Amino acid sequence: MQASVIVFPGSNCDRDVAVCLEAVTGKKPNMVWHGNSDLPDSDVIVLPGGFSYGDYLRCGSMAANSPIMKEVVLKAQKGTAVLGICNGFQVLTECGLLPGVLIRNADLNFVCRNTRLIVDNNTTPFTGLYQQGEEVVIPVAHNEGNYFADDETLDELSGEGRIVLSYAPDDNPNGACKNIAGICDASGRVLGMMPHPERRAETALGGEDGKRMFTGLVEALS
Amino acid sequence: MKATVKITLKYGVLDPQGKAIEKSLRQLGFSSVNEVRQGKLIELDIDADTPEAAEKKITEMCEKLLANTVIENYDIQLNLAE
Repeated sequence: MQASVIVFPGSNCDRDVAVCLEAVTGKKPNMVWHGNSDLPDSDVIVLPGGFSYGDYLRCGSMAANSPIMKEVVLKAQKGTAVLGICNGFQVLTECGLLPGVLIRNADLNFVCRNTRLIVDNNTTPFTGLYQQGEEVVIPVAHNEGNYFADDETLDELSGEGRIVLSYAPDDNPNGACKNIAGICDASGRVLGMMPHPERRAETALGGEDGKRMFTGLVEALS
Repeated sequence: MKATVKITLKYGVLDPQGKAIEKSLRQLGFSSVNEVRQGKLIELDIDADTPEAAEKKITEMCEKLLANTVIENYDIQLNLAE
């Protein structure tokens, strides 16, 4: 499995996720600069966490309009798996691959801690190694992670099984509608999530609940 | 041509910053404050032959980048005096 990680000015989890991808694939991912308009052939494209363009205007809004994103959208529409983590999730909503928007945390505080997540859909290429309904621990670190969408969109997401990950009801860190932590597109191949699976991928760093997402991805795509 | 774009959160969208400002104003003794909503103001200077052309262009800018219409409304004001 060949992965590509898109690097925006201000991305800061690009190298962490690259380490994680290399550990499970045995291959160095392509690190692709946002200003490029060519994307090497990839089985999965990762939009990493960070503060692309300093979060100016709205989180992810400038990154969503950068040259490489035209390619990412085209590849996603042709079925390439795309994973957006944290800022990457914000970019996916801003570029229209995923519905809704991530607004300021309800209590206005930056939140950086472990969260308990429920795996609501284990049939996506990202979640195949989790049990349906399993509770896992993956950390969040964000200021704008409060998922918002109109009621119609929320009903559609929940009716179609597109809420892939949700915070345990007593552990919602940001006020997100329906405790949403991660959603996918209609094909299930584009996943955006606020928690950072790459930060929970080594036992030395607290656990491997996040690593299973990447290992599962390799199994699903190989 | 100069223009300002006012971007506000749609009603029904949680505005935690507006709420925090509202609380702070009350703490300062401004008890008459009922509600505070916070938004953005963007000033633009653009080349356009007519006000209609300017407005059309700025509307396109709002839809593509300046506003996220899932949660925000935008209002374009052209400054024709200058």
